[in-house]
Amino acid sequence: MADEVEVPEVEITKEQLLGWYRQMVRIRRVEELAAKAYTLRKIKGFCHLYIGQEAIAVGAHAAVDAKDDMISAYRIHGQVLARGGTARQVMAELFGKQAGITKGIGGSMHMASKELHFWGGYGIVGGHVPLGLGSAFAHRYTESGQISLTFFGDGAAQQGAFYESLHLAQLWKLPAVFFCENNYYAMGTSLDRQSYLTDMSRRGDGVGMTRWQFNAFDVVDVYKNVKAAAEYARSGKGPVILEGVTYRYRGHSMSDPAKYRAEGELEDKKKSSDGIELAANRLRDDFGVSDADLAAIKVEIDEEAQDAYDFADNAPEPDEDALYDYVYAPAEVE
Amino acid sequence: MATLQLREALRRAMTEEMRRDERIFLMGEEVAYYDGAYKVSQGMLKEFGEKRVIDTPIAENGFVGLGVGAAMAGLRPIIEVMTWNFALVAYDQIINGAAKIYQMTGGEFSVPMVIRGPNGAAENLGSQHSQALESIFAHFPGIHVVSTCDPADSYGLLKTAIRDPNPVIFMESELMYGYKGEVPDEEYLIPFGKAKIVSEGTDVTLVSWNKQVLNCSRAADELKKEGISAQVIDLRTIRPLDEQALFDAIGKTHRMVVVQEGFPFAGVGAEIVARVTEGAFDALDAPILRITNRDINQPYATNLEQLVMPSVRSIVEAARAVVNR
Repeated sequence: MADEVEVPEVEITKEQLLGWYRQMVRIRRVEELAAKAYTLRKIKGFCHLYIGQEAIAVGAHAAVDAKDDMISAYRIHGQVLARGGTARQVMAELFGKQAGITKGIGGSMHMASKELHFWGGYGIVGGHVPLGLGSAFAHRYTESGQISLTFFGDGAAQQGAFYESLHLAQLWKLPAVFFCENNYYAMGTSLDRQSYLTDMSRRGDGVGMTRWQFNAFDVVDVYKNVKAAAEYARSGKGPVILEGVTYRYRGHSMSDPAKYRAEGELEDKKKSSDGIELAANRLRDDFGVSDADLAAIKVEIDEEAQDAYDFADNAPEPDEDALYDYVYAPAEVE
Repeated sequence: MATLQLREALRRAMTEEMRRDERIFLMGEEVAYYDGAYKVSQGMLKEFGEKRVIDTPIAENGFVGLGVGAAMAGLRPIIEVMTWNFALVAYDQIINGAAKIYQMTGGEFSVPMVIRGPNGAAENLGSQHSQALESIFAHFPGIHVVSTCDPADSYGLLKTAIRDPNPVIFMESELMYGYKGEVPDEEYLIPFGKAKIVSEGTDVTLVSWNKQVLNCSRAADELKKEGISAQVIDLRTIRPLDEQALFDAIGKTHRMVVVQEGFPFAGVGAEIVARVTEGAFDALDAPILRITNRDINQPYATNLEQLVMPSVRSIVEAARAVVNR
């Protein structure tokens, strides 16, 4: 039988929560401007927005160590920002510019940074989960004390590579946390139409993995659940699979008008479960932060996001002479 | 100079490298307690222990992908696949992952790993265990593809593969694991992209790699009796391809036959014909012919299997045809 893990309540300071609020607003504002740029054809290709799910990236990043490896799928702008990527780096990548976090080569889906221990975004659904497994294996091998945190969606939880990764992680008790961001839709197919079980953490049952599900709308809830899972994995007891229930406000990508939602569903979620609003309520109720203070944060973030937009718009395109520079790694990269 | 079997030469390369570099580990099905499905890793568990010689469940997609991730984290995985046919289960991890990650991340992460195992037909193993898959890996930038069975070459190339900062597809041969050859006692590495002239000749060049090189040498012996001087080239690495060796050969013999296992359609042979035709057209005195597996899945029965595979006879006939005899 898999272990039951108690998730302790956590003490949050005003500064912590203000920081998280700021990060969530930042992610949303950067993406809103990205959406605008997309309609102007300044951003091209695929552009999967994270709006609605910000609490997960921010709460999870806060709950792990900066040297733990984080890896995700293709809806990653928010996670890059939460991990410490700058708005300029993200926006310039979306614009396909040299100053982007992956030099305009990766694009929306493939932003990565070794320094930030963000292993990147991957566009083959479920295909990146074995890489998170490999990270956990390496941490065990080198006895680094670090863990891997692998994000994926409810769609990826139907893939074989995902299941094999759970199996191997549990077999070898690797220090890994697998985090399913269940946003109710695998592209345009709703959860109940694409999975018999709708709690994806139960995928862990088949391999004996410690698992639980929680509501991931409130950043404090995300923080405390990921913290508990990370501590369990770091202690050497084995991996954990979590499901955080969330909701995405936009379509699967910019080209998806999301007409498949039930009427009123989106509005209800926005009203009851918006991560930014929930954090604002806590800040007002628990810490006496004024509406004016919160509004001031939004103004600052608006300026930062607009700066990133203007920076990306005016930045030079990638160097064509460097086209072949990253096909094969040179020996000295070792 | 010691005489080693192919499996012993491969084992020597891995063992020396693992003694040199703690980051290297060997992982795959039956590599540890079973001593390797083909005994390539025999004794390695005993020397390196369970931490570094690791048996896996039958889950290629998972453990090949684990290797990609471990390489990104700074380790140096050697992942053994029991045959390359099984690696197709992990094709996504190799092609969409390993081959692309260095470029896709703008150079942030590299994938220094080796995936190795037997490739091509053995005998009477039927459709799913007899394929030669060089072309469907060599198609992709970002990976190297080695395919060889000579013990001395395999030793030097595997050491290069293990030290390379990129993913390397290393293809051996099930039938040839017991094949013996002289291997120098001192340590050496063989660079990728350097073909080997197995024997010199002036009338026609037979180009091949892995175990079909032996058929080419036998064919060259037959042709010699007829007064046709054939030279044999062993490519050893498919990607990078030693284009210069091909141009030099066609410049010398003006006639060429490419011999490969695997299907003809978009095979490595087709690539060689295209490159030589594009790059050295004026040197050609005849069309380059390909001897490949027939365009049909491998049958089980011995007579049918022999009918679909390249043979000394088919190579000799192709060589005669290009020299107009």
